Amino acid sequence: MGCTLLRKVWDRHTVRRLPTGQTQLFIGLHLVHEVTSPQAFDALRARGWPVRFPHRTFATVDHIAPTRDITRPFADLLAEEMMAALERNCRDFGIPLWPLGDARQGIVHVIGPELGLTQPGMTNACGDSHTSTHGAFGAVGFGIGTSQVRDVLASQCLALDPLVVRRIRVTGTLAPGVYAKDVILAIIGRLGVKGGVGYAYEYAGPVVERMTMEERLTICNMSIEGGARVGYVNPDETTFAYLRGRPFAPAGDAFDRAAAWWREQASDPDAAYDDEVELDGSALEPVVTWGVHPGQSVGVGGRIPAPGEVPDAERDATREALEFMGFEAGAPIRGTRIDVAFIGSCTNGRLSDLREAARVVAGQRLATHVRGLVVPGSQAVREAAEREGLHDTFLAAGFEWRGAGCSMCLGMNPDKLQGREVSASSSNRNFRGRQGSPTGRTLLMSPAMVAAAAVAGEVVDVRQVLAGASAR
Amino acid sequence: MNATKPLPAGPVREVAGRGLPMPGSDIDTDRIIPARFLRAVRFEGLEAHVFEDDRRREQAAGRVHPFDRQEHQGAAVLVVNGNFGCGSSREHAPQALLRWGIRAIVGESYSEIFFGNAVALGLPCVSVAPEDASWLQALVAGDPAATLMLDLETMSVEACGRRAAASLPPGARDAFLTGAWDATGLLLEDPAAVEAVARRLPYVAGF
Repeated sequence: MGCTLLRKVWDRHTVRRLPTGQTQLFIGLHLVHEVTSPQAFDALRARGWPVRFPHRTFATVDHIAPTRDITRPFADLLAEEMMAALERNCRDFGIPLWPLGDARQGIVHVIGPELGLTQPGMTNACGDSHTSTHGAFGAVGFGIGTSQVRDVLASQCLALDPLVVRRIRVTGTLAPGVYAKDVILAIIGRLGVKGGVGYAYEYAGPVVERMTMEERLTICNMSIEGGARVGYVNPDETTFAYLRGRPFAPAGDAFDRAAAWWREQASDPDAAYDDEVELDGSALEPVVTWGVHPGQSVGVGGRIPAPGEVPDAERDATREALEFMGFEAGAPIRGTRIDVAFIGSCTNGRLSDLREAARVVAGQRLATHVRGLVVPGSQAVREAAEREGLHDTFLAAGFEWRGAGCSMCLGMNPDKLQGREVSASSSNRNFRGRQGSPTGRTLLMSPAMVAAAAVAGEVVDVRQVLAGASAR
Repeated sequence: MNATKPLPAGPVREVAGRGLPMPGSDIDTDRIIPARFLRAVRFEGLEAHVFEDDRRREQAAGRVHPFDRQEHQGAAVLVVNGNFGCGSSREHAPQALLRWGIRAIVGESYSEIFFGNAVALGLPCVSVAPEDASWLQALVAGDPAATLMLDLETMSVEACGRRAAASLPPGARDAFLTGAWDATGLLLEDPAAVEAVARRLPYVAGF
């Protein structure tokens, strides 16, 4: 019987079994940012501990990053204090830091892949739940809290309980206008927001195998929204081609040696899985969330459910979500009026996302009542988009074109919803208050769907918009 | 709020205290502590903002959030439903609960990251059957002065003469009972073994 990638990576990174029965697992790459690290560095300082593997540790600033004016000191004094702490900590502990203004700055989960830091068969950790993103390379990424950030800084290890693996095969072919975001929202809609607890999700099947690295990153990114701390795709030629020539990827003969090792990390064809699920990709339509968690979604042709239509266990949650959203049960999701369009985040802030959104808005204008923001996931994405002129397309349509960061995905910088505004968002969470206003409302969808909603001023089916554009 | 209660140290074998019901599934960490309170370099003071936006919304709707009820002030055991602490990995969420005075959480299930963060702080999150979570919530809502007793040796929760079986992954249970829940010490015990793993992983040296 063969082995899964998870099992191979787990075994190769096991240091020892701890007296508690947990596994001491070596972490190959630690990404650090300003929000979840200051107390961890203070703990090291208090005990006189160094960072154990500073050359496996990299830092940047993303959560609090202002996306308009990055002049220091920041106008936001709390952000300035956090930035100054990160600079001091990286200097004192010998960790490379890519600050605002640096060409390599960006959201941790965007820069790790684009710099070639994230590689197949590796373990990653970061004080951020979306560390599952790195699984797109066949790496195993763990989102952790600050005490565990301290553990990794001090020991390069985590104490963990083992996971089991669910393979999710996506079959068929995605229709034009249906994207990786729709696939993962559909998976979460089907398996639920806690369906993945205790599991690593292995995404497979022809749809996933044909996906680009950026699409795989989107899928793995939202594993955690389905309860799975870890999500991954087996590394293949697409993965290796993406890595070739990246700044931190091996070069020359070392690349060939690496590719041979990377290939060995993939799940064996006869690997046994603890659970298997199949999803027909051909049947998918664009997905939109209507509620307060990413599992509360419908196809764009669907209706917002009534509490009476959902399983008993979800009835109260559905009622509460409808009350918070101010939506009427039974109403079609299409036609829901929006106030804000946000394109960005570690889920959908990459170059291909901006290209798809730009294709939809080209030659159009934002609806007069809509405020639109495009926030590239990294400085490199921003520069690449500008080389292609995407920023001109967005600006001509009336969008704001910003600097790189997490921005309105979680509203820790000045980019926030106001009051009860409804946002069409390419981000990952529609939790109450998530986008910076305690009463603000979020509809998650693909970047192309956000772009289409921004132009129409309400939720529309991007497939019709794209069909219309090709007819013009 | 009980900011003077000492934070956990050493073995955690039992937690006894009054209960606080927090009904509802999938309570995410953005609700437990909204992101704007993460704009700080220390955890001190987070207790003042536990569930802040939920509490304000309840107030605006003319209702009282469990954390605002007079009779639940000083409670030590939070009683929750399923997938508690999902979403963001912010340790600020269990930190805020702990600093408010919560010393144990009893409920149906937890998000993995929240659970791991709570273990690292000495805050046990034990699982009970859904029907047990229901009666415990009803009990502490109806009798806020009742004492809940969580025993990690016998893995049970007792209140008013009624007992529910509780569960914890064996590693976490052992960590609480032995006081090894702060894992850093354990992880630093064998640096040679860590070196050996780093040496046999080809990517560490760049292939």
